Amino acid sequence: MPFGAPKRGGPGGARGKAAKDAKGGDKRRGGGFFRRRKVCKFCADKIDDINYKDVKLLSGFVPERGKVLPRRISGTCAKHQRGLRVAIVRARQLALLPYAAD
Amino acid sequence: MSNRTYELIYVLKPDAPETEVADLHKQVADIVERMGGTIDKSENAAPWGRRRLAYEIGHHKEGFYVLEVITGSAELMKEIDRRLKVTEGLLRHLIVRVDESSIKAERMRAKRTEESRRRRVARGLPPDRQPGEGPQGEDNDDSGDMMFDGGEMEA
Repeated sequence: MPFGAPKRGGPGGARGKAAKDAKGGDKRRGGGFFRRRKVCKFCADKIDDINYKDVKLLSGFVPERGKVLPRRISGTCAKHQRGLRVAIVRARQLALLPYAAD
Repeated sequence: MSNRTYELIYVLKPDAPETEVADLHKQVADIVERMGGTIDKSENAAPWGRRRLAYEIGHHKEGFYVLEVITGSAELMKEIDRRLKVTEGLLRHLIVRVDESSIKAERMRAKRTEESRRRRVARGLPPDRQPGEGPQGEDNDDSGDMMFDGGEMEA
């Protein structure tokens, strides 16, 4: 299976085509605009321990509403998203991060 | 009983006088001492101390945060937890075991450096980075590739 092949047969034929050149940084999609390939911040910056006390880091993954930013937006890998979630939940208990805004 | 490292954070009311902060710290320290643990670190200066709360707790908009790093047994932490639960004037507290996660992080780091060395040797380079080799070795960049699903995602 080539790298980045779609797991499920997603809607639209453009999907499979775009996945072929996944190694290249930017990908051309049907609309003709470029989208940067998303990289997990924790892998890229080599953050092994996602700490609940690091509010500055965590707040980047908590949009205004207070929800956890989904993986499909942030590009975080599954492993780190799991750790991130735990850290955010802990930070919420201590009122370092909001449960919900407004 | 094996000794473990824990982090304890508690949040006092913002109007708590200094004596109350010191008093609570002493209470915790007494329990730790009595049950054969040690306090490795105690912080109530920036970034802790007086801080804005992310949400209101009982009409308070600020809280006084104290962080303590404690080594001791599980029973010790249980006792502290029990005591803090019945303490008046405490907004929140949280106890987290940290030794396992720091060991895990250490292991990850070791694994990564080893992997990078292996790759460098495979390319016929010396195992460690030489000075003036550019901002980041490319050998590190693709090490995490297996973790992404890489497919296109609908934003």
